[in-house]
Amino acid sequence: MSKVIKLKKGLDIQIKGQPANILEHISRPETFAIKPADFHGLVPKLTVAVGDKVKAGTPLFFDKYHPEVQYVSPVSGEVTAINRGERRRILEVVVKAARENLSEEFLKADPQNLSSDVIKVELLKSGIWPAIKSRPFGIVAHPTDRPKAIFISCFDSSPLAPDFDFVFKDDANAWQTGINALSKLTTGKINLGLSDKKENSIFSQTKGVEFTSFNGPHPAGNVGIQIHAVSPLNKGEIVWTIQPQDVVMIGRLFLTGKYDSSRIIALSGSEVLEPKYFQFWRGGSLTGLLKGKLSKENVRIISGNVLTGTSVPANGYLGFYDAMVSVIPEGNYYEMFGWALPGFGKFSPSHTFFSWLGSKKNKYVLDANMHGEERAFVLSGEYEKVLPMDILPVYLIKAILANDIDAMEQLGIYEVIEEDLALCEYICTSKIMVQSVLRKGINSMIKELG
Amino acid sequence: MKALRNWFNKQKPHLEKGGKFHMFKSGFGAIETFLFVPNHTTKQGTHIRDYVDLKRTMSIVIVALIPALLFGMYNVGYQHFIATGQELSFWPVFGFGFLKVLPIIIVSYVVGLGIEIAAAQMRGHEVNEGYLVTGMLIPMVLPVTTPLWMVAIAVAFSVVFAKEVFGGTGMNIWNPALVARAFLFFAYPSQMSGDSVWISLGDKAMIDGFSGATPLSQAAAAATKPIAEVAANHGISYSLMDMFLGFIPGSIGETSKLAILIGAAILLITRIGSWKIMLSTVLGGLFMGTILNVFAVNSYMAVPVWQHLIMGGFAFGVVFMVTDPVSGAQTNRGKWIYGFLIGVFGIMIRVVNPAYPEGIMLAILIMNMFAPLIDYYVVQGNIKRRLKRAIVKA
Repeated sequence: MSKVIKLKKGLDIQIKGQPANILEHISRPETFAIKPADFHGLVPKLTVAVGDKVKAGTPLFFDKYHPEVQYVSPVSGEVTAINRGERRRILEVVVKAARENLSEEFLKADPQNLSSDVIKVELLKSGIWPAIKSRPFGIVAHPTDRPKAIFISCFDSSPLAPDFDFVFKDDANAWQTGINALSKLTTGKINLGLSDKKENSIFSQTKGVEFTSFNGPHPAGNVGIQIHAVSPLNKGEIVWTIQPQDVVMIGRLFLTGKYDSSRIIALSGSEVLEPKYFQFWRGGSLTGLLKGKLSKENVRIISGNVLTGTSVPANGYLGFYDAMVSVIPEGNYYEMFGWALPGFGKFSPSHTFFSWLGSKKNKYVLDANMHGEERAFVLSGEYEKVLPMDILPVYLIKAILANDIDAMEQLGIYEVIEEDLALCEYICTSKIMVQSVLRKGINSMIKELG
Repeated sequence: MKALRNWFNKQKPHLEKGGKFHMFKSGFGAIETFLFVPNHTTKQGTHIRDYVDLKRTMSIVIVALIPALLFGMYNVGYQHFIATGQELSFWPVFGFGFLKVLPIIIVSYVVGLGIEIAAAQMRGHEVNEGYLVTGMLIPMVLPVTTPLWMVAIAVAFSVVFAKEVFGGTGMNIWNPALVARAFLFFAYPSQMSGDSVWISLGDKAMIDGFSGATPLSQAAAAATKPIAEVAANHGISYSLMDMFLGFIPGSIGETSKLAILIGAAILLITRIGSWKIMLSTVLGGLFMGTILNVFAVNSYMAVPVWQHLIMGGFAFGVVFMVTDPVSGAQTNRGKWIYGFLIGVFGIMIRVVNPAYPEGIMLAILIMNMFAPLIDYYVVQGNIKRRLKRAIVKA
C-alpha cells in the first residue's frame, strides 16, 4: 500500500506503566485552565476578567502580535482566577465549570463545500487554531502562511503513550471531516505517518491524503522525524503539523457547530495503580482524575510523556496539546555509591549496568532523579545513536551554546524541535539540558528572522 | 550510612559562600558525590534520565585497566627477579612489583587531583571525573624506574598545560596521559629510553649476559645491520608467546597484550570505547606494516605485520589512548579516518625513524591535533548535503 521507511536509530525506553486498553468514564472536573506557557513565544492579552461568564469557545485571551489567534475556554462557566507568576506573567486562566456545558455556536457545514478562507476564520474564531503548529520552530501557525504540506503522525512512539487505534476507534467520521477541512489550508498534500506495527484501522481508510509507514523505535512517531524522512524542511519552507486528537476536534466543530474539547487520555506510569484510559477534557483539573489512583504521595505528575511533558502539581491541569498524564516516582533521594553498584534493576541503554543482560521485555520503574551531575561534553557518538536524522546533534547544540546563528542554520535547526532531541537528553552521560538549550537556540533564530 | 549522610547535610552551610570552609567547596563536593549520588531531580526537559553518569563511565575504564595494571605489577617483579638471577615464586614477585608501582600511582593521583580540585575551586566548578582515568594511565605508560619527583612534575605539567589551560575536562586538545609521557620523554630522555630503564633492579646487580632491552629496541638495533646478518626473528630475542603474554621489559602497563585484550573487551561490551576507532587503528597499522614489508630494505621493515600488534605500546595505545573521546575525532566518519591515520603513523614512526623506538605515542599526539580538522570536514559535508537539498528543490 504505502512505502515503508525503516529507521534504525532511536530507543524504546523500557519503562513500567503501559495503559491497559480499558476506557473509564469519570465525572467532568470542577475547574479547567488554559496555560499561556503551553504556547512558545506567546504574549497573551486577556479578554476576560475574574467573574465573567463564559461558554465553551469564548475567548479568554489572544496573541498580542497575532490578535486573530484566540485562546478560548474549554468549558462553560465562570472565570474564577487569573494566576500570575514572576513579573505578573499570566500562568493560568481558571474557569469553574457550570453544571450544564454550553458552547458558542459556530458554522455547521461540510468543509468540502467551504472555501479555505471560511475554514480559517472558523478555526480562528472557535479557538481550535492554536492546535496547528508550524515548522520550523514548533510555534502556533500564522494564519497568513501557506504551508507546503501538512504532516500528521498517526502513532505516538514515546514512552507509555496512548494507543491511537484504541483512542480513535469511534471517531472515523470526525477524523475524515477534520482532514477535509485541513486539506483546504495547504497548497500541497496532507501526509499521514503510520506505524507498520499497528492496525491503523481508522487512519489507513483516510481519503485524500498521502501515507508513509514507519518502522523503528521512538522517535519514529515524532512528526519532525517523519518530515525529515519524507520531505526535509529547507530554509524558507513552512509545513504545519497537528495531532490526531485535534483533527478530530476540528471534525466535530464542522459536524456539530460546537466546541467540544473532550478527548480520551491515557493515565500511565509506574505509580498509577491501574494504568488505563479515561474520557477527559482539554485543560481539565487533574484532581478528580488522580484521586485514589496513585500508589504513593512522593510522585512526579507529568502532563504529557516522561520525555517532553510538563511537571504539574496534583491539582494542576491537563496541557493544551497533551493526551496523556504520566506519574513516576519523584526520586529525590541520596543513593550511597549508586554509580558503583552493579545495577541489575537499573534500566540503561548504555550497557554500563548489568540490566542490559536482561530481557528486552522487562519493564523498569524509572524516577525523576538526575542520576549524576552536569558535566562538560566528554563522550562522543552518544546522541547520534538515538536521532534518526542526518543532523549532527552535538555540533548543533554547541553552535547554540556559542550563539552562532549561521552555524545553527547550517546545522539544521529548522528541522528539529525539543521533542526530536529529547532522547539525546535522556541518554546524555554529561546530563546536558539538551531541550532547553535547543529552545534557546530556536528563540534566538526567531528573534534573528524577525 | 544515615549518620554519614546527616553529617554531610550538617556541614553544607559552612561551605556556601561566606561560610568558614567555602574554600574547600569543590573538594567537599567531590567527596560527597563520590559517596552519594545526589538527590537532584530533573527540573526541565526530560523527566527521566539514564542512570549512567561520568563517574560510572570513568570507573568502568578503570576496571578495564586493572588486568593490565595487575599484570604490570607482576611483570615488574618478574623482570627484577630474572634480571638479578633469583628464584621465582608468585607472592614475592608480585609483592616486589606492587611496592614499586603503588608509589607512582599515589603520586600521580595526589598531584593530579590536587591541581584539579584547586582549579575547580578557583573557577567555582565541580570537580570533573576525567582525571580518575588519566591518573591511572600515566603510571602505566612509564618505565618503572622513573623517579617519583619526575612523575610529579610530569603530572603537574600535563594537568596544567594540557588540560586546565584549555578549560578542564572535555576541552583538552591532547590526551593528558600522553602529554605527561611525552614531556618526560623529551625532558629526561635518559630516564625514558635505552635498555636500562625498564627493569627495577633495586639494590641488586644485573646478572651477566642479561640485556634488559625491549623487543622494539632490539628490532631497531638490528635494523642498522644488513638483512643477511640478522637472524630469522629480526633480532628479537623474546618468544612470540612471551610478547603476547607480557613477560618482556617495557612500560608498566603495556607489556601484556592478553590483559589489554581483556580491557578492550570490557570497553567494547559496555560500549564506552569506540569499536570504530579501535578497529580502524589496527587496520591502519596493518596497512602500513604491509607496505613496509613489501618495500623492506632492512630487517625491521620485514617484521611480519601482525607482530607489530604485540610489540611495544601499540596495543595499549589502541585500546586506552586512541579511544579517548575528548582528544579524538567525534564524528562517526571522522573516527574511521582518525584511527586509521594513527595506525599508519604509529607504525611508520616506529619503524622508519630511528630516534623514537615507540611511535604510537607521537602518532596519537599528532592526530589529536588533527582530529578537529577531520571533524570540521565531516561537519562541512553534512552542511553541504543540506544546502544541496535546498538547491535541488528550488
